[in-house]
Amino acid sequence: MLLIKNGRVLDPARRTDAALEVLLDGERIAEVAPPGKLSAPDAEVFDAAGLIVAPGFIDLHAHLREPGQESSESIETGTRAAARGGFTAVCCMPNTNPVNDSASVTRFILDRAKGAASVHVWPIGAASVGSKGEALAEIAAMKQAGVVAISDDGKPIATARLARQVMEYCRSLDLPVIEHSEDVSLAAGAVMREGVTSTRLGLAGMPAAAESVCVARDVQLAELTGARLHFAHLSAKASLEQVRSAKQRGLRVSCEVTPHHFTLIDEDVQYDSRYKMNPPLASREDREALIAGLADGTVEAIATDHAPHEPALKNVEFDRAPFGITGFETALALALEQLVHTGRLPLLRVVELFTSGPGRVLGLERTIAPGQPADLTIFSLDRPWTFRASESASKSRNSPFDRRAFQGGPVATMVSGKVVYPSQAAARQGGRL
Amino acid sequence: MPSENVTHRFHDLLALEPLSADELRFLLDQSKPFQEIQRHPLKKLATLRGKTIALAFFENSTRTRISFGTAASRLGADTMNLQAESSSVKKGESLLDTVDTLNAMKPDCLVIRHAASGAADFVARHLDIPVINAGDGTHEHPSQGLLDALTIRDRKGTIENLNITILGDIQHSRVARSNIHLLGKFGCRVTLCGPAMWVPRELEQLGAPNGSIRRVFQIDEALDAADVILVLRVQTERLHEPALSANDYVLLYQLNAERLRRAKSDAIVLHPGPMNRGVEISPEVADGPQSCVLEQVTNGIAVRMALLFLLTGSAAEQSEQPAPEAQAKSVSKQH
Repeated sequence: MLLIKNGRVLDPARRTDAALEVLLDGERIAEVAPPGKLSAPDAEVFDAAGLIVAPGFIDLHAHLREPGQESSESIETGTRAAARGGFTAVCCMPNTNPVNDSASVTRFILDRAKGAASVHVWPIGAASVGSKGEALAEIAAMKQAGVVAISDDGKPIATARLARQVMEYCRSLDLPVIEHSEDVSLAAGAVMREGVTSTRLGLAGMPAAAESVCVARDVQLAELTGARLHFAHLSAKASLEQVRSAKQRGLRVSCEVTPHHFTLIDEDVQYDSRYKMNPPLASREDREALIAGLADGTVEAIATDHAPHEPALKNVEFDRAPFGITGFETALALALEQLVHTGRLPLLRVVELFTSGPGRVLGLERTIAPGQPADLTIFSLDRPWTFRASESASKSRNSPFDRRAFQGGPVATMVSGKVVYPSQAAARQGGRL
Repeated sequence: MPSENVTHRFHDLLALEPLSADELRFLLDQSKPFQEIQRHPLKKLATLRGKTIALAFFENSTRTRISFGTAASRLGADTMNLQAESSSVKKGESLLDTVDTLNAMKPDCLVIRHAASGAADFVARHLDIPVINAGDGTHEHPSQGLLDALTIRDRKGTIENLNITILGDIQHSRVARSNIHLLGKFGCRVTLCGPAMWVPRELEQLGAPNGSIRRVFQIDEALDAADVILVLRVQTERLHEPALSANDYVLLYQLNAERLRRAKSDAIVLHPGPMNRGVEISPEVADGPQSCVLEQVTNGIAVRMALLFLLTGSAAEQSEQPAPEAQAKSVSKQH
C-alpha cells in the first residue's frame, strides 16, 4: 500500500482541484480523502508536498521501434523515457519491422512489454497489411490480442475507398481509427512546411493544404460511416477548423496536437535535422490556432509523436534525414512553459489534455477514484531543471529541446501502484518515500 | 570608401544573405586586383604557395569546379579533387565521413558543391577549416552572386538602385537567391518573372528592407526599363513538376532580340551558364553586344581568387609574396 500525502490533486474528469490524500492498494486506487481522514498505518508514504497529483498521463502517439529498429529504441528504453516524462501508458504505432498488422506481432509487443516495460504499452494495429494501403489487416484478431486503435501512421490510409472500409469495419468493432492525414502527392519530396522560410532556405516545402485536404476527405468519410475518427498530430489551422465544425455537426471525431507544434514554428528550422518531423513545423499563425484549439476543447489530447532515430540516421544533410524527434521527457515541461506559465490555458485543462482527454479517445475513464487503476503522475509546476538529450533514457538523442531550461516537470510516475520513476530507491533517498 | 571601415573576418562563405552591403562591397573591391591579373600574360602568383584547397563536388559541375581550380592554381595553391562520380559517396559513405576523410588530408579550405540545400552550412558546423559554398541545392551560390555583381558594376558603373529582371525558374535557383539577397542590399528593384509555379509569392519577402521585389508573369512587362536581365538556365529536369512544355516556355519566356528592345537600350544580359540556346535565350541575344556571358566567366576566377585569398588565412598570417594591391589592403584590415 502506498499513501500519497500533502499533494494537490487535480482530477479533470471530476473537476477536482483540492488537497487530498490518495491510498493505492496494489493495482487499484483504494481511497481518496481529505488530509488526515485516511488511516493506513502499514502503508508506505509518498510526500507530495508542493506537488500536483494527477491521473496517470496517456500518450496516444509514440514509436517504440520494437520489433525491428532496436538501434533507435526498444520497448524497455522507450517506456523508461515515457515514465520519466510522467506517462503511465503509451500507445505505440504499428510502423515497426515487421509492421504490427497481425495478432502475432501484437502479442509479441505485449509479451515484451510484460517483461521490460516501465509503463503500460497499448499497441495500435495497422489498418492495412504492411500499412501498404492495399488489403485490410486482420483487425478483429488484433483487437482480440489487445490493440486499442487502428492506424497506418507514418502515412494516411492510402485511398478514400480503403479509408472508408477501415472506418466501416472499425465502427462495427468499436475501435477508434487514428488517421495521419496527408495528401502524399502534395507533400511529395517536401522536407518542411512551405512558406517564406522554406523559400529562403531552398528546402522543398509542403503546403498546409497537404494536411487539410486529407482531413477534409477523412471528415466526410467519418460522416459517411459514423466511425470514431481521431486525427493524429494536427498542425494546420485549416485542419482544426474542419475538426471543430465536424464536432459541431455531432460527428465522433477528435484530434491531438504535439508539444513541438505548439512550441516551435517553421522559422526555427535552420538546416538542423532535429527540427525535421512530419507533419513539419508550421507557421506562426498555425501555432496560434493550435493553442486556441487546445484551449477551446477542439483538441482532445497532447500526444508526443515520440519518434527516436539513432544519430547515424539523423546526422546527415537535412534532405536525407528521416522525419521525427523524441518527445516523452519534454512534453509536460513544454506544456507548462507554453500553455500554463503564459496564462493561455488553465492548469486543469492542460492536465485534461494528458489524462481524461486521451482517455476519452480510447473510450476509457481516467480519474482518481476508488477502484480506478493505481496510475498517477506527480509533477512540479516550478522546479527548475534542464533537459539534456545526452542523459535521456531513450536510446536516441534527436531532440530540438536539448539543453533547454524548464520551470516544472515530472517528479514521480506511478504505474499499477508502483513508483516507476524515479526508482523506488531514489524516491526514498530523496525523502519522498 | 565605406568598405574600409568594415571588420573583415570571414571564416566561411556560406551565403550572401547574412552579409551587409559593406561586407559585400568589400568582397567586390577585393576581387578587383584579381581581375587585373586575368589580363596579364603571366597569371600565376605564389600568394598561396604551400596551401591546399579541397574541391569537394558532390554534384556534377564543370564550370564552377574548373573556375575554383583555376583560381587556386593562379594563386599558387594545390588542390585535391573529389567528384561525385568517382567518390565513395556512391558506395554509401555519409557526407560527414567523406568530409572527415578529406579533412584528415589537411587541406586549408574546403570548397563544397552539393545537391542538398544547407549542405555547406552542415559541413561548416562540423569542420574548423574555412568552407566555401560553391552551390548548395536550391539555396545559394554566393560566388556566382558576387561575380554577377562584379560584372554589373563593371558595365554599369554601379550596383546601386538598378532595375534588375530575373527570368526563369526562380524557385529552384540558387543563383537567383544569391542575386536577390545581394542586389536587394544595394537598393535595386528586382523583378522576378516566370511561370507562376516557379515564382511563388514567398519570394517577394526575401529582399532587404531597402530593396524591392515584385513578381510579374508577363515578360514584356518584366523587361520594361530593365538595366540588367539575368536569364536563368531552364533545368530540363525541372520541367517535370508540374510538367511544363518546353515549347510553352519558349513561347512565353524566351529572351529574344525583339523582347530585349523593351529593356533600356544599354541594358545588359547575364546568364550563369551553361546556356540552353534556343530555350531560355535566343542565339542572337546570347552572342549580341549586350551579353556579358563570357565576362562573367572571367570575373568568376577573379572573385574566387579573392575568396580563397581572404579565407585561407593568408591575409592574416603571411606577407612574403603579396598579391598586388589586394594584399596590402586586407592586411591592414586585420588590425
